[in-house]
Amino acid sequence: MGRITLDKVKKAFGEVEVIPPLDLTIEDGEFVVFVGPSGCGKSTLLRLIAGLEDVSGGQIRIDGQDATHAPPSKRGLAMVFQSYALYPHMSVRKNIAFPMKMAGVPQEEQNRKIDAAAKALNLTDYLERRPGQLSGGQRQRVAIGRAIVREPAAFLFDEPLSNLDAALRVGMRLEISELHERLKTTMIYVTHDQVEAMTMADKIVVLRAGVIEQVGSPLELYRTPRNLFVAGFIGSPKMNLIQGQEAKKYSAGTIGIRPEHCLLSTDSGTWEGTVVVSEHLGSDTFLYVDLKDHGTVTVRGNGEVSLHHGDRVFITPDMEKLHRFDDKGLRMP
Amino acid sequence: MATQASRSAARLMISPTVILLFLWMAIPLGTTIYYSLQRYQLLYPDRSGFVGLRNYTRFVLSPGFGGAVANTLILVLGVLIVTVVLGILIALLIDRPIWGQGPVRILVISPFFIMPPVSALIWKNMFFNPSNGLFAEAAKYVGMAPYDFLGQAPLASIIFIVSWEWLPFATLILLTALQSLDGEQLEAAEMDGAPPLSRFWYIMLPHMSRAITVVVLIQTIFLLGVFGEILVTTNGGPGTASTTLPFLIYKEALLDFDAGTAAAGGVVAVILANIVAIFLMKAIGKNLD
Ligand SMILES: Nc1ncnc2c1ncn2[C@@H]1O[C@H](COP(=O)(O)OP(=O)(O)O)[C@@H](O)[C@H]1O
Ligand SMILES: [Mg+2]
Repeated sequence: MGRITLDKVKKAFGEVEVIPPLDLTIEDGEFVVFVGPSGCGKSTLLRLIAGLEDVSGGQIRIDGQDATHAPPSKRGLAMVFQSYALYPHMSVRKNIAFPMKMAGVPQEEQNRKIDAAAKALNLTDYLERRPGQLSGGQRQRVAIGRAIVREPAAFLFDEPLSNLDAALRVGMRLEISELHERLKTTMIYVTHDQVEAMTMADKIVVLRAGVIEQVGSPLELYRTPRNLFVAGFIGSPKMNLIQGQEAKKYSAGTIGIRPEHCLLSTDSGTWEGTVVVSEHLGSDTFLYVDLKDHGTVTVRGNGEVSLHHGDRVFITPDMEKLHRFDDKGLRMP
Repeated sequence: MATQASRSAARLMISPTVILLFLWMAIPLGTTIYYSLQRYQLLYPDRSGFVGLRNYTRFVLSPGFGGAVANTLILVLGVLIVTVVLGILIALLIDRPIWGQGPVRILVISPFFIMPPVSALIWKNMFFNPSNGLFAEAAKYVGMAPYDFLGQAPLASIIFIVSWEWLPFATLILLTALQSLDGEQLEAAEMDGAPPLSRFWYIMLPHMSRAITVVVLIQTIFLLGVFGEILVTTNGGPGTASTTLPFLIYKEALLDFDAGTAAAGGVVAVILANIVAIFLMKAIGKNLD
């Protein structure tokens, strides 16, 4: 079980209020991703849940029990740190055994669980090594192994993949998702990378300056961003945002259209412009087009588009997929 | 730049230093060994000549020798234990964000700046003195008989003084080690259910093991030669209760004017220091790699 409820939780460091009062419910078995720009308070929020920081106000409940002032070890949560925080002088086996040793689990059961975890995480051949003798991805898996054997009510991950190279990151992303499928344990995952959020989450929590901007499934956020911040943050490449005269035509303060919802043409369309840069990825082509009156927009074409710098193009937005925002930046129906 | 030519050039260029350092060590050692094999009494300069190992047997079989070796080892071991244990505790204390951390840290390391004979004299006259020392005053104030520290427990008193001098060094090195510990490791251990004592035992202490090794090795080198503190406080006494090996050599050379036996004692001390060093490296040297 791992249902976590935050009730008006807030956190201030001295005078600075990093997290204003905040409500959030994380259902049992959910994979929740906290996403937001660097310094927005994601780690702080996670550490509040873990009990590594004291709340300045509000209540944290885990499975209905008030855990606001419980010490970290009594909350039944396991955390995987960005630096992995492995114990460098212990072998992999001892690292994984450490939480069980602290809990006084009998030796036989410890061995059984270590072997099972090592098998699941491909660490069987490395059990007697020290963390310093492992690669980044292996260290990551040891950190996960150390968390798994505790059978926690929920896993907390703080940017676990940010120290890995791009290829490894994709692999570990899959492994963590599979782990969630297998264990069906609540997972809270912090990242500043919206791609990780979109690919892994059941539910995404978008944070800005400690405030929740929107909560929803990846597709909900993609389809109906609640405000300009979420619209700009979710999706890659970013949504094009156009203000001024053109937005007025749609009686909005700002209109937004995603690069993949624009139709390209060389002879006719809604907006006319010239290509500044074209990026040919093979599967897709991204064009950065300078619309004289509305700034530069990004457009996705198929891989065969052969337009280059200086070419004249016409862009037609898909009206169905056009987002309208009012002067305060909030979504209009 | 690791070509054959560059390596031999490097070797050639550091050779003057290496040779100088070698001579620096070899000449005094050689002279000492030479005199240790000679009859060389300052009062009778005419009676000289090769005497083989007789100086050695005289020194080793002299009644004070066994006690001096024991006292030396007790002094070294005692100071090591006190400084490492207290050093760890103080380092843990001043590593935390406490009020007035800066001044406290400077105060903690300041004993290191006081010259050993000076600090020994201060302890002897201002604190330990049984008739007008501060400890005697304190004892009288609470109605107890004053204790004659240097008379009743001379070696323990010297261990105390030397520990007081070396504690800042140990604290400083251990504090640096403690500050280099990754805070996330401690947090991970906390989440793993380790209470404070276990966190200290399983995370902090292993992390500090290298620093502890450095403290032990460096201090041992200096503690084997402690002399000034003994000279100005107990003068090796009462009797031979606080006579260490360096002090015994001093007695031979400058009180009994027997330079030959003193030289033999010096060689014995070097051998003893090497035995201690080998023993230490076997025991804790693996922490260094
Ligand atoms: N221990 C602390 N003391 C003071 N300010 C802190 C502390 N920890 C974090 N902060 C501040 O809180 C804000 C949020 O930090 P953090 O939660 O680490 O952001 P994120 O993980 O989203 O990048 C930052 O502005 C940071 O400077
Ligand atoms: Mg962070």
